[in-house]
Amino acid sequence: MLKDITLGQYFPIDSFLHRLDPRTKILIFILDIVAIFMAQTVESYVVLILFTFLVMLISKVPVKMYFKGLKPILYIIVFTALLNLFLTQGEDLPIFGYSVGITVEGAIVAAKMATRLVLLIIGSSALTYTTSPMALTDGIEKLLKPLSKIGFPTHELAMMMSIAIKFIPTLIEETDKIIKAQQARGASFDTGSIFKRAKALIPMLVPLFISAFRRADELAIAMESRCYTGGDGRTRLKEIKFTHKDLAATICFLMFFACVIFLDFIF
Amino acid sequence: MLKAENLLYSYDNGVKKVDTVLDNLNLNIKKGEFVAVLGHNGCGKSTLAKHFNGLLLPLGGDVYVQGINTKDEEMLWTIRRQVGMVFQNPDNQIVANVVEEDVAFAPENLGIPSAEIRKRVDDALKTVDMYRYRKHAPHLLSGGQKQRVAIAGAIAMRPECIVMDEPTAMLDPMGRAEVMETILKLKAQENMTVVLITHYMDEAAMADRVVVMDDGHIVVDDTPRNVFSQVELLKSLGLDVPQVTELAYSLNKEGFDVNYDVLTVTECADAIMDYVRSIKSGN
Ligand SMILES: Nc1ncnc2c1ncn2[C@@H]1O[C@H](COP(=O)(O)OP(=O)(O)OP(=O)(O)O)[C@@H](O)[C@H]1O
Ligand SMILES: [Mg+2]
Repeated sequence: MLKDITLGQYFPIDSFLHRLDPRTKILIFILDIVAIFMAQTVESYVVLILFTFLVMLISKVPVKMYFKGLKPILYIIVFTALLNLFLTQGEDLPIFGYSVGITVEGAIVAAKMATRLVLLIIGSSALTYTTSPMALTDGIEKLLKPLSKIGFPTHELAMMMSIAIKFIPTLIEETDKIIKAQQARGASFDTGSIFKRAKALIPMLVPLFISAFRRADELAIAMESRCYTGGDGRTRLKEIKFTHKDLAATICFLMFFACVIFLDFIF
Repeated sequence: MLKAENLLYSYDNGVKKVDTVLDNLNLNIKKGEFVAVLGHNGCGKSTLAKHFNGLLLPLGGDVYVQGINTKDEEMLWTIRRQVGMVFQNPDNQIVANVVEEDVAFAPENLGIPSAEIRKRVDDALKTVDMYRYRKHAPHLLSGGQKQRVAIAGAIAMRPECIVMDEPTAMLDPMGRAEVMETILKLKAQENMTVVLITHYMDEAAMADRVVVMDDGHIVVDDTPRNVFSQVELLKSLGLDVPQVTELAYSLNKEGFDVNYDVLTVTECADAIMDYVRSIKSGN
Protein backbone atom coordinates (compact mmCIF):
# COMPACT_ATOMS: atom_id res chain seq x y z
CA MET A 1 0.00 0.00 0.00
CA LEU A 2 2.80 2.38 0.88
CA LYS A 3 4.22 1.95 -2.60
CA ASP A 4 1.03 3.35 -4.18
CA ILE A 5 1.86 6.89 -3.19
CA THR A 6 2.76 8.63 -6.43
CA LEU A 7 2.40 12.21 -5.28
CA GLY A 8 5.64 14.07 -5.69
CA GLN A 9 6.97 11.71 -8.31
CA TYR A 10 8.44 13.12 -11.43
CA PHE A 11 7.76 11.46 -14.78
CA PRO A 12 10.89 12.17 -16.83
CA ILE A 13 9.77 12.60 -20.44
CA ASP A 14 9.79 15.58 -22.74
CA SER A 15 6.64 17.58 -23.38
CA PHE A 16 5.47 21.17 -23.68
CA LEU A 17 4.48 21.12 -20.00
CA HIS A 18 7.82 19.65 -18.95
CA ARG A 19 9.61 22.56 -20.56
CA LEU A 20 7.58 25.31 -18.94
CA ASP A 21 9.11 27.49 -16.26
CA PRO A 22 8.18 25.93 -12.89
CA ARG A 23 7.00 29.34 -11.71
CA THR A 24 4.43 29.46 -14.51
CA LYS A 25 3.18 26.01 -13.58
CA ILE A 26 2.98 26.79 -9.87
CA LEU A 27 1.06 30.02 -10.43
CA ILE A 28 -1.31 28.39 -12.91
CA PHE A 29 -1.86 25.55 -10.43
CA ILE A 30 -2.70 28.00 -7.64
CA LEU A 31 -5.14 29.92 -9.86
CA ASP A 32 -6.58 26.59 -11.00
CA ILE A 33 -7.36 25.72 -7.37
CA VAL A 34 -9.04 29.10 -6.93
CA ALA A 35 -11.10 28.51 -10.07
CA ILE A 36 -12.08 25.01 -8.94
CA PHE A 37 -13.43 26.33 -5.66
CA MET A 38 -15.12 29.31 -7.26
CA ALA A 39 -16.95 27.33 -9.91
CA GLN A 40 -20.67 27.02 -9.23
CA THR A 41 -22.47 26.38 -12.50
CA VAL A 42 -22.39 23.22 -14.57
CA GLU A 43 -20.97 25.18 -17.49
CA SER A 44 -17.97 26.39 -15.53
CA TYR A 45 -17.29 22.83 -14.38
CA VAL A 46 -17.33 21.72 -17.99
CA VAL A 47 -14.75 24.40 -18.77
CA LEU A 48 -12.54 23.25 -15.90
CA ILE A 49 -12.85 19.60 -16.90
CA LEU A 50 -11.92 20.53 -20.46
CA PHE A 51 -8.90 22.42 -19.18
CA THR A 52 -7.81 19.44 -17.07
CA PHE A 53 -8.19 17.11 -20.05
CA LEU A 54 -6.09 19.45 -22.15
CA VAL A 55 -3.38 19.49 -19.48
CA MET A 56 -3.39 15.69 -19.25
CA LEU A 57 -3.14 15.46 -23.01
CA ILE A 58 -0.22 17.80 -23.53
CA SER A 59 1.68 16.47 -20.50
CA LYS A 60 2.16 13.23 -22.50
CA VAL A 61 2.07 11.37 -19.18
CA PRO A 62 0.06 8.13 -19.57
CA VAL A 63 -3.51 8.46 -18.27
CA LYS A 64 -2.81 5.34 -16.20
CA MET A 65 -0.43 7.41 -14.07
CA TYR A 66 -3.16 9.92 -13.26
CA PHE A 67 -5.45 7.11 -12.15
CA LYS A 68 -2.65 5.78 -9.97
CA GLY A 69 -2.45 9.21 -8.34
CA LEU A 70 -6.19 9.11 -7.67
CA LYS A 71 -6.22 5.63 -6.18
CA PRO A 72 -5.00 6.40 -2.65
CA ILE A 73 -7.70 9.05 -2.12
CA LEU A 74 -10.50 7.21 -3.91
CA TYR A 75 -12.01 6.20 -0.57
CA ILE A 76 -12.02 9.77 0.64
CA ILE A 77 -13.79 10.89 -2.52
CA VAL A 78 -16.40 8.14 -2.27
CA PHE A 79 -16.87 8.73 1.45
CA THR A 80 -17.40 12.50 1.18
CA ALA A 81 -19.70 11.98 -1.80
CA LEU A 82 -21.84 9.52 0.20
CA LEU A 83 -21.97 11.84 3.20
CA ASN A 84 -23.09 14.73 1.03
CA LEU A 85 -25.56 12.56 -0.80
CA PHE A 86 -27.42 11.41 2.30
CA LEU A 87 -26.90 14.18 4.81
CA THR A 88 -27.84 17.24 2.79
CA GLN A 89 -31.28 18.65 3.59
CA GLY A 90 -33.63 19.40 0.73
CA GLU A 91 -36.12 18.14 -1.79
CA ASP A 92 -36.44 14.36 -1.88
CA LEU A 93 -34.96 12.65 -4.95
CA PRO A 94 -36.75 9.34 -5.58
CA ILE A 95 -34.79 6.53 -7.30
CA PHE A 96 -37.06 4.37 -9.54
CA GLY A 97 -39.97 5.84 -7.69
CA TYR A 98 -38.70 4.91 -4.21
CA SER A 99 -37.53 7.42 -1.68
CA VAL A 100 -34.08 6.32 -0.38
CA GLY A 101 -33.19 9.40 1.57
CA ILE A 102 -31.28 11.12 -1.18
CA THR A 103 -32.06 14.75 -1.89
CA VAL A 104 -31.66 16.71 -5.10
CA GLU A 105 -29.40 19.19 -3.32
CA GLY A 106 -27.39 16.30 -1.89
CA ALA A 107 -26.80 14.82 -5.32
CA ILE A 108 -25.63 18.18 -6.65
CA VAL A 109 -23.28 18.87 -3.74
CA ALA A 110 -21.89 15.30 -3.90
CA ALA A 111 -21.19 15.58 -7.62
CA LYS A 112 -19.56 18.98 -7.15
CA MET A 113 -17.32 17.86 -4.30
CA ALA A 114 -16.25 14.68 -6.09
CA THR A 115 -15.46 16.63 -9.26
CA ARG A 116 -13.53 19.23 -7.29
CA LEU A 117 -11.40 16.63 -5.51
CA VAL A 118 -10.67 14.71 -8.70
CA LEU A 119 -9.73 17.90 -10.55
CA LEU A 120 -7.50 19.00 -7.68
CA ILE A 121 -5.63 15.71 -7.50
CA ILE A 122 -5.18 15.52 -11.26
CA GLY A 123 -3.99 19.12 -11.28
CA SER A 124 -1.39 18.51 -8.58
CA SER A 125 -0.32 15.25 -10.24
CA ALA A 126 0.13 17.10 -13.53
CA LEU A 127 2.34 19.61 -11.74
CA THR A 128 4.55 17.03 -10.03
CA TYR A 129 4.70 14.61 -12.98
CA THR A 130 5.97 17.33 -15.31
CA THR A 131 8.22 19.23 -12.90
CA SER A 132 11.23 17.63 -11.25
CA PRO A 133 11.25 18.28 -7.50
CA MET A 134 14.46 20.25 -7.94
CA ALA A 135 12.77 22.53 -10.50
CA LEU A 136 9.67 22.75 -8.32
CA THR A 137 11.60 23.88 -5.27
CA ASP A 138 13.67 26.19 -7.47
CA GLY A 139 10.44 27.76 -8.66
CA ILE A 140 9.14 28.15 -5.12
CA GLU A 141 12.46 29.64 -4.06
CA LYS A 142 12.33 32.20 -6.87
CA LEU A 143 8.68 33.03 -6.20
CA LEU A 144 9.37 33.59 -2.50
CA LYS A 145 12.57 35.52 -3.21
CA PRO A 146 11.08 38.92 -2.27
CA LEU A 147 10.47 37.53 1.22
CA SER A 148 14.18 36.89 1.74
CA LYS A 149 14.64 40.68 1.94
CA ILE A 150 12.85 40.61 5.28
CA GLY A 151 14.99 37.70 6.46
CA PHE A 152 12.79 34.80 5.40
CA PRO A 153 15.05 31.76 4.68
CA THR A 154 13.76 31.02 1.18
CA HIS A 155 16.75 29.02 -0.04
CA GLU A 156 16.90 26.90 3.09
CA LEU A 157 13.19 26.20 2.89
CA ALA A 158 13.44 25.15 -0.76
CA MET A 159 16.46 22.94 -0.06
CA MET A 160 14.71 21.27 2.86
CA MET A 161 11.67 20.59 0.73
CA SER A 162 13.62 19.05 -2.11
CA ILE A 163 15.60 16.84 0.28
CA ALA A 164 12.42 15.78 2.05
CA ILE A 165 10.91 14.77 -1.29
CA LYS A 166 14.09 12.96 -2.28
CA PHE A 167 14.00 10.85 0.89
CA ILE A 168 10.32 9.86 0.65
CA PRO A 169 10.98 6.65 -1.33
CA THR A 170 14.00 5.76 0.81
CA LEU A 171 12.05 6.16 4.03
CA ILE A 172 9.04 4.29 2.66
CA GLU A 173 11.30 1.39 1.77
CA GLU A 174 12.82 1.54 5.22
CA THR A 175 9.41 1.61 6.90
CA ASP A 176 8.42 -1.48 4.94
CA LYS A 177 11.61 -3.21 6.07
CA ILE A 178 11.10 -2.30 9.73
CA ILE A 179 7.46 -3.44 9.63
CA LYS A 180 8.55 -6.78 8.21
CA ALA A 181 11.34 -7.12 10.77
CA GLN A 182 8.97 -6.40 13.64
CA GLN A 183 6.33 -8.72 12.20
CA ALA A 184 8.94 -11.45 12.02
CA ARG A 185 9.32 -10.98 15.77
CA GLY A 186 5.61 -11.39 16.31
CA ALA A 187 4.49 -7.76 16.29
CA SER A 188 1.13 -7.13 14.68
CA PHE A 189 0.09 -3.81 13.22
CA ASP A 190 -3.37 -4.56 11.90
CA THR A 191 -5.23 -6.30 14.69
CA GLY A 192 -6.62 -5.23 18.05
CA SER A 193 -8.16 -2.00 19.24
CA ILE A 194 -7.10 1.37 17.91
CA PHE A 195 -5.19 1.95 21.12
CA LYS A 196 -3.33 -1.33 20.71
CA ARG A 197 -2.50 -0.55 17.10
CA ALA A 198 -1.21 2.88 17.99
CA LYS A 199 1.00 1.31 20.62
CA ALA A 200 2.30 -1.19 18.09
CA LEU A 201 3.55 1.72 16.01
CA ILE A 202 6.14 2.71 18.62
CA PRO A 203 8.58 -0.13 17.84
CA MET A 204 8.26 0.90 14.21
CA LEU A 205 8.68 4.66 14.64
CA VAL A 206 11.65 4.58 17.01
CA PRO A 207 14.02 2.76 14.63
CA LEU A 208 12.69 4.87 11.76
CA PHE A 209 13.52 8.11 13.55
CA ILE A 210 16.94 6.93 14.65
CA SER A 211 17.80 5.91 11.14
CA ALA A 212 16.46 9.17 9.72
CA PHE A 213 18.73 11.14 12.05
CA ARG A 214 21.72 9.04 11.06
CA ARG A 215 20.92 9.58 7.40
CA ALA A 216 20.56 13.32 7.95
CA ASP A 217 23.96 13.41 9.60
CA GLU A 218 25.65 11.52 6.78
CA LEU A 219 23.89 13.62 4.16
CA ALA A 220 25.08 16.82 5.80
CA ILE A 221 28.68 15.57 5.69
CA ALA A 222 28.30 14.54 2.04
CA MET A 223 26.82 17.94 1.13
CA GLU A 224 29.61 19.78 2.88
CA SER A 225 32.15 17.62 1.08
CA ARG A 226 30.58 18.82 -2.14
CA CYS A 227 31.15 22.44 -1.20
CA TYR A 228 27.61 23.30 -0.14
CA THR A 229 27.64 26.64 1.67
CA GLY A 230 24.02 27.72 1.39
CA GLY A 231 22.22 29.68 -1.26
CA ASP A 232 24.67 32.51 -1.84
CA GLY A 233 26.65 32.34 -5.07
CA ARG A 234 24.94 29.14 -6.16
CA THR A 235 24.27 28.67 -9.87
CA ARG A 236 21.96 26.12 -11.44
CA LEU A 237 22.33 23.43 -14.09
CA LYS A 238 19.04 24.53 -15.57
CA GLU A 239 18.47 28.20 -14.90
CA ILE A 240 14.73 28.70 -14.96
CA LYS A 241 13.63 31.20 -17.60
CA PHE A 242 10.30 32.70 -18.54
CA THR A 243 10.02 32.18 -22.31
CA HIS A 244 7.40 32.72 -25.00
CA LYS A 245 6.13 29.21 -24.19
CA ASP A 246 5.28 30.36 -20.69
CA LEU A 247 3.57 33.41 -22.07
CA ALA A 248 1.46 31.23 -24.38
CA ALA A 249 0.56 28.85 -21.54
CA THR A 250 -0.35 31.74 -19.24
CA ILE A 251 -2.59 33.36 -21.86
CA CYS A 252 -4.26 30.04 -22.62
CA PHE A 253 -4.95 29.43 -18.93
CA LEU A 254 -6.21 32.95 -18.34
CA MET A 255 -8.75 32.40 -21.10
CA PHE A 256 -10.13 29.36 -19.32
CA PHE A 257 -10.04 31.29 -16.04
CA ALA A 258 -11.96 34.17 -17.59
CA CYS A 259 -14.55 31.70 -18.90
CA VAL A 260 -15.15 30.37 -15.38
CA ILE A 261 -15.54 33.86 -13.95
CA PHE A 262 -17.80 34.87 -16.81
CA LEU A 263 -20.02 31.80 -16.47
CA ASP A 264 -20.29 32.13 -12.70
CA PHE A 265 -20.62 35.81 -12.05
CA ILE A 266 -21.63 37.65 -15.15
CA PHE A 267 -23.76 35.25 -17.09
CA MET B 1 49.37 15.75 -3.01
CA LEU B 2 47.98 14.56 0.33
CA LYS B 3 50.26 14.69 3.32
CA ALA B 4 49.69 13.97 6.99
CA GLU B 5 52.43 14.92 9.44
CA ASN B 6 52.42 13.67 13.03
CA LEU B 7 48.63 13.73 12.82
CA LEU B 8 46.88 13.44 16.17
CA TYR B 9 43.14 13.26 16.69
CA SER B 10 40.58 12.19 19.26
CA TYR B 11 36.82 12.64 19.35
CA ASP B 12 35.82 14.70 22.33
CA ASN B 13 32.15 14.23 22.94
CA GLY B 14 32.29 16.25 26.13
CA VAL B 15 30.98 13.40 28.26
CA LYS B 16 33.97 11.20 28.75
CA LYS B 17 37.60 11.33 27.70
CA VAL B 18 38.05 9.29 24.56
CA ASP B 19 41.17 7.44 23.48
CA THR B 20 43.34 8.91 20.80
CA VAL B 21 41.93 7.77 17.46
CA LEU B 22 44.82 8.94 15.29
CA ASP B 23 48.18 8.78 16.95
CA ASN B 24 51.20 10.41 15.34
CA LEU B 25 50.24 9.34 11.88
CA ASN B 26 52.51 10.12 8.93
CA LEU B 27 51.47 9.54 5.36
CA ASN B 28 52.43 11.06 2.04
CA ILE B 29 50.38 10.31 -1.06
CA LYS B 30 51.77 11.39 -4.41
CA LYS B 31 49.87 12.68 -7.44
CA GLY B 32 48.35 9.90 -9.55
CA GLU B 33 48.85 7.22 -6.93
CA PHE B 34 46.17 4.64 -6.11
CA VAL B 35 46.46 3.90 -2.40
CA ALA B 36 44.38 1.34 -0.54
CA VAL B 37 43.96 1.80 3.21
CA LEU B 38 43.33 -1.31 5.31
CA GLY B 39 42.71 -1.83 9.00
CA HIS B 40 40.28 -3.53 11.35
CA ASN B 41 37.02 -1.89 12.45
CA GLY B 42 37.50 1.22 14.54
CA CYS B 43 41.20 1.70 13.84
CA GLY B 44 40.58 5.22 12.54
CA LYS B 45 40.37 4.90 8.74
CA SER B 46 37.23 7.01 8.36
CA THR B 47 38.62 9.56 10.78
CA LEU B 48 41.74 9.82 8.62
CA ALA B 49 39.65 10.21 5.45
CA LYS B 50 37.71 13.11 6.98
CA HIS B 51 40.99 14.93 7.60
CA PHE B 52 41.81 14.97 3.91
CA ASN B 53 39.14 17.54 3.04
CA GLY B 54 38.97 19.46 6.25
CA LEU B 55 35.80 17.84 7.60
CA LEU B 56 37.90 17.22 10.70
CA LEU B 57 40.89 19.33 11.72
CA PRO B 58 43.96 17.83 13.39
CA LEU B 59 44.34 18.27 17.13
CA GLY B 60 48.07 17.84 16.67
CA GLY B 61 50.30 17.83 13.63
CA ASP B 62 49.19 18.98 10.17
CA VAL B 63 47.44 17.78 7.04
CA TYR B 64 48.37 19.29 3.69
CA VAL B 65 46.41 19.09 0.45
CA GLN B 66 48.58 20.17 -2.45
CA GLY B 67 50.74 22.03 0.01
CA ILE B 68 47.79 23.88 1.59
CA ASN B 69 47.33 23.33 5.32
CA THR B 70 43.76 22.22 6.08
CA LYS B 71 43.81 24.47 9.14
CA ASP B 72 43.87 27.48 6.82
CA GLU B 73 40.22 28.49 7.06
CA GLU B 74 40.30 30.75 4.03
CA MET B 75 41.42 27.91 1.82
CA LEU B 76 38.83 25.41 3.09
CA TRP B 77 36.67 25.52 -0.03
CA THR B 78 39.70 25.34 -2.32
CA ILE B 79 40.66 22.16 -0.48
CA ARG B 80 37.17 20.67 -0.59
CA ARG B 81 37.06 21.27 -4.34
CA GLN B 82 40.29 19.41 -4.86
CA VAL B 83 39.40 16.37 -2.80
CA GLY B 84 36.27 14.52 -3.87
CA MET B 85 34.70 12.27 -1.22
CA VAL B 86 32.63 9.16 -1.69
CA PHE B 87 31.04 7.46 1.30
CA GLN B 88 29.69 4.05 2.12
CA ASN B 89 25.95 4.50 1.79
CA PRO B 90 24.96 5.83 -1.64
CA ASP B 91 21.42 6.66 -0.45
CA ASN B 92 22.75 9.12 2.09
CA GLN B 93 24.97 11.11 -0.25
CA ILE B 94 22.68 11.61 -3.22
CA VAL B 95 20.94 14.95 -2.85
CA ALA B 96 18.61 15.29 -5.83
CA ASN B 97 15.83 13.20 -7.37
CA VAL B 98 17.26 13.09 -10.85
CA VAL B 99 20.71 11.67 -11.59
CA GLU B 100 22.00 14.63 -13.60
CA GLU B 101 20.73 17.14 -11.06
CA ASP B 102 22.59 15.30 -8.34
CA VAL B 103 25.83 15.25 -10.29
CA ALA B 104 25.35 19.00 -10.86
CA PHE B 105 25.11 19.68 -7.13
CA ALA B 106 28.81 20.37 -6.49
CA PRO B 107 29.42 22.55 -9.59
CA GLU B 108 26.25 24.50 -8.70
CA ASN B 109 27.66 25.12 -5.24
CA LEU B 110 30.88 26.36 -6.81
CA GLY B 111 28.95 28.97 -8.78
CA ILE B 112 29.95 27.69 -12.20
CA PRO B 113 27.90 28.99 -15.20
CA SER B 114 25.11 26.70 -16.50
CA ALA B 115 26.74 25.79 -19.80
CA GLU B 116 29.95 24.71 -18.08
CA ILE B 117 27.95 22.73 -15.47
CA ARG B 118 26.16 20.91 -18.31
CA LYS B 119 29.51 19.94 -19.80
CA ARG B 120 30.97 18.77 -16.51
CA VAL B 121 27.88 16.74 -15.68
CA ASP B 122 27.88 15.03 -19.07
CA ASP B 123 31.63 14.34 -18.87
CA ALA B 124 31.39 12.96 -15.35
CA LEU B 125 28.42 10.72 -16.22
CA LYS B 126 30.20 9.41 -19.29
CA THR B 127 33.33 8.66 -17.26
CA VAL B 128 31.39 6.48 -14.83
CA ASP B 129 29.34 5.07 -17.71
CA MET B 130 26.00 6.32 -16.38
CA TYR B 131 25.18 8.84 -19.12
CA ARG B 132 22.23 6.77 -20.30
CA TYR B 133 20.65 7.06 -16.87
CA ARG B 134 21.00 10.84 -16.54
CA LYS B 135 17.24 11.42 -16.35
CA HIS B 136 16.52 8.52 -13.98
CA ALA B 137 15.48 8.70 -10.36
CA PRO B 138 18.41 7.57 -8.18
CA HIS B 139 16.29 5.41 -5.87
CA LEU B 140 15.38 3.15 -8.78
CA LEU B 141 19.01 2.37 -9.64
CA SER B 142 21.04 -0.60 -8.39
CA GLY B 143 23.55 -0.12 -5.59
CA GLY B 144 26.52 -0.19 -7.95
CA GLN B 145 24.86 2.35 -10.23
CA LYS B 146 24.01 4.65 -7.31
CA GLN B 147 27.58 4.52 -6.12
CA ARG B 148 28.81 5.37 -9.62
CA VAL B 149 26.48 8.38 -9.58
CA ALA B 150 28.04 9.38 -6.26
CA ILE B 151 31.49 9.09 -7.86
CA ALA B 152 30.30 11.22 -10.79
CA GLY B 153 29.03 13.77 -8.27
CA ALA B 154 32.52 13.98 -6.80
CA ILE B 155 34.45 14.14 -10.07
CA ALA B 156 32.13 16.85 -11.43
CA MET B 157 34.08 19.18 -9.13
CA ARG B 158 37.14 18.29 -11.24
CA PRO B 159 39.12 17.35 -8.13
CA GLU B 160 42.78 16.39 -8.10
CA CYS B 161 42.10 13.50 -5.84
CA ILE B 162 39.24 11.30 -4.73
CA VAL B 163 38.94 9.70 -1.29
CA MET B 164 36.54 6.79 -0.93
CA ASP B 165 35.46 5.40 2.41
CA GLU B 166 34.35 1.80 1.86
CA PRO B 167 32.40 2.61 -1.32
CA THR B 168 31.71 -1.07 -1.98
CA ALA B 169 30.72 -2.15 1.53
CA MET B 170 26.98 -2.16 0.81
CA LEU B 171 27.15 -3.58 -2.71
CA ASP B 172 26.71 -7.03 -4.20
CA PRO B 173 29.64 -8.62 -6.11
CA MET B 174 28.48 -7.16 -9.40
CA GLY B 175 28.14 -3.66 -7.98
CA ARG B 176 31.60 -4.00 -6.44
CA ALA B 177 33.10 -4.98 -9.76
CA GLU B 178 31.44 -1.96 -11.43
CA VAL B 179 32.83 0.44 -8.85
CA MET B 180 36.33 -1.06 -9.00
CA GLU B 181 36.29 -0.82 -12.78
CA THR B 182 35.32 2.85 -12.49
CA ILE B 183 38.14 3.52 -10.03
CA LEU B 184 40.73 1.88 -12.29
CA LYS B 185 39.39 3.87 -15.23
CA LEU B 186 39.64 7.16 -13.33
CA LYS B 187 43.22 6.40 -12.49
CA ALA B 188 44.17 5.33 -16.02
CA GLN B 189 42.30 8.01 -17.98
CA GLU B 190 42.30 11.04 -15.72
CA ASN B 191 45.46 10.25 -13.74
CA MET B 192 43.30 10.73 -10.65
CA THR B 193 44.86 10.25 -7.24
CA VAL B 194 42.71 7.67 -5.46
CA VAL B 195 42.56 6.79 -1.77
CA LEU B 196 40.42 3.71 -1.26
CA ILE B 197 39.46 2.58 2.21
CA THR B 198 38.25 -1.00 2.05
CA HIS B 199 37.75 -4.27 3.86
CA TYR B 200 38.06 -6.29 0.66
CA MET B 201 41.58 -7.53 0.15
CA ASP B 202 40.96 -8.32 -3.50
CA GLU B 203 40.26 -4.63 -4.07
CA ALA B 204 43.36 -3.58 -2.17
CA ALA B 205 45.40 -5.94 -4.32
CA MET B 206 44.56 -3.76 -7.36
CA ALA B 207 46.12 -0.65 -5.80
CA ASP B 208 49.63 0.71 -6.40
CA ARG B 209 50.27 0.90 -2.72
CA VAL B 210 48.70 -0.56 0.40
CA VAL B 211 48.71 1.18 3.76
CA VAL B 212 47.77 -0.87 6.81
CA MET B 213 46.56 0.98 9.90
CA ASP B 214 46.37 -0.25 13.45
CA ASP B 215 45.41 1.76 16.54
CA GLY B 216 45.65 5.11 14.84
CA HIS B 217 48.96 4.76 13.11
CA ILE B 218 50.42 3.14 10.05
CA VAL B 219 52.09 -0.21 10.55
CA VAL B 220 52.76 -1.33 6.98
CA ASP B 221 53.13 0.80 3.86
CA ASP B 222 54.27 -1.00 0.73
CA THR B 223 53.22 -2.49 -2.60
CA PRO B 224 50.32 -4.97 -2.45
CA ARG B 225 52.71 -7.82 -3.24
CA ASN B 226 55.05 -7.02 -0.36
CA VAL B 227 52.19 -6.37 2.03
CA PHE B 228 50.20 -9.51 1.32
CA SER B 229 53.19 -11.77 1.48
CA GLN B 230 53.39 -10.92 5.20
CA VAL B 231 50.48 -13.20 5.94
CA GLU B 232 51.24 -13.73 9.66
CA LEU B 233 51.59 -10.01 10.34
CA LEU B 234 48.27 -9.21 8.64
CA LYS B 235 46.51 -11.97 10.57
CA SER B 236 47.90 -10.63 13.82
CA LEU B 237 46.37 -7.25 12.90
CA GLY B 238 42.97 -8.86 12.43
CA LEU B 239 43.07 -8.70 8.64
CA ASP B 240 42.76 -11.24 5.89
CA VAL B 241 44.75 -11.64 2.71
CA PRO B 242 43.23 -12.07 -0.77
CA GLN B 243 41.59 -15.49 -1.15
CA VAL B 244 44.15 -16.74 -3.65
CA THR B 245 47.03 -15.71 -1.38
CA GLU B 246 45.25 -17.46 1.48
CA LEU B 247 44.94 -20.65 -0.56
CA ALA B 248 48.60 -20.67 -1.59
CA TYR B 249 49.63 -19.81 1.96
CA SER B 250 47.55 -22.65 3.46
CA LEU B 251 49.02 -25.13 0.98
CA ASN B 252 52.46 -23.88 1.87
CA LYS B 253 51.74 -24.29 5.58
CA GLU B 254 50.61 -27.87 4.98
CA GLY B 255 54.04 -28.65 3.65
CA PHE B 256 53.46 -28.22 -0.07
CA ASP B 257 56.16 -25.94 -1.30
CA VAL B 258 53.83 -23.51 -3.14
CA ASN B 259 54.99 -19.94 -3.60
CA TYR B 260 52.36 -17.76 -1.84
CA ASP B 261 53.56 -14.47 -3.23
CA VAL B 262 50.48 -14.34 -5.49
CA LEU B 263 47.67 -11.78 -5.87
CA THR B 264 45.56 -12.94 -8.80
CA VAL B 265 43.83 -16.18 -9.75
CA THR B 266 46.21 -16.67 -12.68
CA GLU B 267 49.27 -16.17 -10.51
CA CYS B 268 47.92 -18.61 -7.95
CA ALA B 269 47.15 -21.22 -10.60
CA ASP B 270 50.65 -20.77 -12.02
CA ALA B 271 52.23 -21.17 -8.59
CA ILE B 272 50.33 -24.40 -7.99
CA MET B 273 51.17 -25.66 -11.48
CA ASP B 274 54.84 -24.86 -10.89
CA TYR B 275 54.73 -26.89 -7.71
CA VAL B 276 53.01 -29.84 -9.39
CA ARG B 277 55.56 -29.76 -12.21
CA SER B 278 58.44 -29.63 -9.77
CA ILE B 279 57.14 -32.79 -8.05
CA LYS B 280 56.69 -34.53 -11.38
CA SER B 281 60.18 -33.71 -12.57
CA GLY B 282 61.56 -34.51 -9.12
CA ASN B 283 60.13 -38.03 -9.19
N1 LIG C 1 31.65 10.95 15.86
C1 LIG C 1 32.35 10.21 16.73
N2 LIG C 1 32.32 10.52 18.04
C2 LIG C 1 33.03 9.79 18.94
N3 LIG C 1 33.79 8.74 18.62
C3 LIG C 1 33.86 8.37 17.33
C4 LIG C 1 33.15 9.10 16.32
N4 LIG C 1 33.39 8.51 15.12
C5 LIG C 1 34.22 7.49 15.38
N5 LIG C 1 34.51 7.40 16.69
C6 LIG C 1 35.43 6.44 17.31
O1 LIG C 1 36.69 6.58 16.71
C7 LIG C 1 37.30 5.36 16.45
C8 LIG C 1 37.71 5.26 15.00
O2 LIG C 1 36.57 5.35 14.18
P1 LIG C 1 36.62 5.28 12.61
O3 LIG C 1 35.23 5.47 12.15
O4 LIG C 1 37.64 6.22 12.11
O5 LIG C 1 37.09 3.80 12.36
P2 LIG C 1 37.19 3.00 10.98
O6 LIG C 1 38.58 2.53 10.87
O7 LIG C 1 36.66 3.81 9.88
O8 LIG C 1 36.25 1.77 11.25
P3 LIG C 1 35.31 0.97 10.23
O9 LIG C 1 36.20 -0.01 9.55
O10 LIG C 1 34.32 0.30 11.10
O11 LIG C 1 34.70 1.97 9.31
C9 LIG C 1 36.30 4.29 16.87
O12 LIG C 1 36.71 3.78 18.13
C10 LIG C 1 35.01 5.01 17.00
O13 LIG C 1 34.24 4.46 18.04
MG1 LIG D 1 34.91 3.70 8.60
